[in-house]
Amino acid sequence: MNFYAIRAIYLFEMARTGRTLLQSVVSPVISTCLYFVVFGGAIGSRITAIDGVTYGAFIVPGLIMLSLLMQSITNASFGIYFPKFTGTIYELLSAPVSYVEIVLGYVGASATKSLILSFIILATAGLFVPLQIAHPLWMLLFLVLTAVTFSLFGFIIGLWADGFEKLQIIPLLIITPLAFLGGTFYSIEMLPPVWQTVTLFNPLVYLISGFRWSFYESSDVGVGVSLAMATLFLATCLVVVWWIFRTGYRLKT
Amino acid sequence: MQSIIAVSELSKVYASGFQALKSIDLDIRPGEIFALLGPNGAGKTTLISIICGIVNASTGGVTVAGHDIRRDYRVTRAMIGLVPQELTTDAFESVWNTVSFSRGLFGKPANPRYIEKVLKTLSLWDKKDDRIMTLSGGMKRRVLIAKALSHEPRILFLDEPTAGVDVELRQAMWEVVRSLRDSGVTIILTTHYIEEAEDMADRIGVINNGELILVEDKNELMRKLGRKQLTLQLHDPLDTIPDKLSAYGLELAAGGVELIYTYDTQGEPTGITALLGELQQAGIRFKDLNTTQRSLQEIFVSLVKKPA
Ligand SMILES: Nc1ncnc2c1ncn2[C@@H]1O[C@H](COP(=O)(O)OP(=O)(O)OP(=O)(O)O)[C@@H](O)[C@H]1O
Ligand SMILES: [Mg+2]
Repeated sequence: MNFYAIRAIYLFEMARTGRTLLQSVVSPVISTCLYFVVFGGAIGSRITAIDGVTYGAFIVPGLIMLSLLMQSITNASFGIYFPKFTGTIYELLSAPVSYVEIVLGYVGASATKSLILSFIILATAGLFVPLQIAHPLWMLLFLVLTAVTFSLFGFIIGLWADGFEKLQIIPLLIITPLAFLGGTFYSIEMLPPVWQTVTLFNPLVYLISGFRWSFYESSDVGVGVSLAMATLFLATCLVVVWWIFRTGYRLKT
Repeated sequence: MQSIIAVSELSKVYASGFQALKSIDLDIRPGEIFALLGPNGAGKTTLISIICGIVNASTGGVTVAGHDIRRDYRVTRAMIGLVPQELTTDAFESVWNTVSFSRGLFGKPANPRYIEKVLKTLSLWDKKDDRIMTLSGGMKRRVLIAKALSHEPRILFLDEPTAGVDVELRQAMWEVVRSLRDSGVTIILTTHYIEEAEDMADRIGVINNGELILVEDKNELMRKLGRKQLTLQLHDPLDTIPDKLSAYGLELAAGGVELIYTYDTQGEPTGITALLGELQQAGIRFKDLNTTQRSLQEIFVSLVKKPA
C-alpha cells in the first residue's frame, strides 16, 4: 500500500474543500434552514404528527440524507472530474498508486466531507426542532454507508462525465427527484396504494426510511431491509468502480 | 551495458484506429541524455506516455531497470519523473503544496529540505507560497519540473521542456539537466530546437510517422551523416566557374567572391588537395578559407523528408 499517496490525495481533496468553504458548507446549511422555516415552521405546524413525530422533526432525517447524497456525489464527481478536465490526471496515472489507493483517497475525502456536513446540518436542525436519536450507532452506520456509497457513485459519474453538463445532470435529473419522492417530506403510507408499490422501486426510500428509523423507530420498510439494500448499493458501486479500473474506461487510451 | 529502459516491439493503435507507434525497439542507457526528435505528430509523446503508464500499449512491452511496466508498475513508476508537454497544473494550489503533493503521490515521506533544494535550483523559492495560477508560463513549466523531481527519480522524461521558455531560462534549465545527469539521472527529452539536442544529448533518436528511423550516438551521427563545406574567399570575383573545375560541383556565392565546395568527411580522399592544386593551376587566388559542418538540423530535415 502506498499510504503516502492515499494521504496526499486525501489531504489535497480536503484542502480543496477548505478553499471553497462557502459553497461546501454554508450553502447547504442555509438551504436546510429554509426547509425548516417553510416546511417545519410555516406548513408543518398545520400538518398532524406522523407516527407521533411532529412534522418538523419528521423531515430532519430526510433532509440530512438529501444533503448527504448530493454532497457525496458532487464532492467525489468534481474531485476526479477536475483533474481529467485540466489534464493534471497525468500525474495520478503515472504515479505508483493502485486503483484501490486512488479510490480510498478520493472517496474517503468525499465521504469525510459530506459526513461533516451532515453533522453540521443535524446541529442546525437541533436549533429548530427538539431532536431525539433512538439508535445513534445505527444512525452512524446509515450515514457512513450512504456517504461511502454515494461518493463512489459520484466518483463513477466523474469518471464517466466528459463535460460539466453531464457532471450535473445525474444529481439534478435522477437523485433530486428520487430523494424528494423517497419519503423525505412524507411517509409513503400517505400515498395511494399503487404509488406505494411504485415507490418501493426507488432505492432512496430504503436509505431514508432506515435512517429515520434510527431517529424515531418508525419506518416505511423494515430496518433490516434498509440495511440490506444499502449494502447492496455499496456492493454495486464497488463492482462498477472495479470494472472501470480493470478496463481503464475513460481514464487511459 | 544493461539498458535502464528497454522498449521492445512496441505498437500503439489509438481507439480512433490511428496507429501512432509501429513496432518500436529502443534501449536507453543508464545515465545518458537521450534526445527524441521528430516532427509534430510523430509519436514522441505517445511513446513517453506508454513508458510512464498514462497510455496503454497495444502490443509489445517495456521494462524499466529490468521490471515490466505493467506487472511491476509500482517499482517502475517510482523511478520515473515526467514533465509533460502540456502546461497542466492545478490553479489554486501553492507551489510548495503542489510539489509536496507529488512527492507523497509517488510514495515518499515528506522531506521539506529536499523540496526546498529543488525549488531553489529552479529559482522558484521566492514563489513557493504563490498560487500556481498567478505564475507565468515559464514559471509553470519549472513547477512541473519541480513536481517531476520531487520524488528523486532515477529517470527523467522532459517532453519539450523548453517550449515557451526564454533564452536565459533555457540555459538555466539545461544547467539543471546537466547537473542531474552528473548525479546519475537518466534523461530522455524531446525538443523541436535541434541545436538543443546537438548541445545536450549523448544519443539521438529520430521518430517519424510512428517509426523509429534512427538511433545514433550524437557524435557518430554528425560524423557519419555530416558533410562539410569548404568556403574559399576569393581575391578577385569570378563570373563563372571554369569548365576544368566542373567535376567538383562547386558553387559561387556572395557575388562571385566565395567559392563553396561540399564534401563528405567519410570520403577518401576528400578531394580538397586536388581541388586546391587545380585552383592554383587555373590562377584563382584566395585570401581565406574555412570549413563548416552540416548541422543536425539539416540532417534531421533530410531524414524526415525522405518519402516513406
Ligand atoms: N488520444 C488519441 N487518440 C487518437 N489519436 C491520438 C491520440 N493522441 C495522439 N494521437 C495521434 O497520435 C499521433 C502521435 O501523437 P503524439 O502526441 O505522440 O505526437 P508527438 O510526436 O508528441 O507530436 P508533437 O511534436 O506535436 O508533440 C498524432 O497523429 C496524434 O494525432
Ligand atoms: Mg508531443
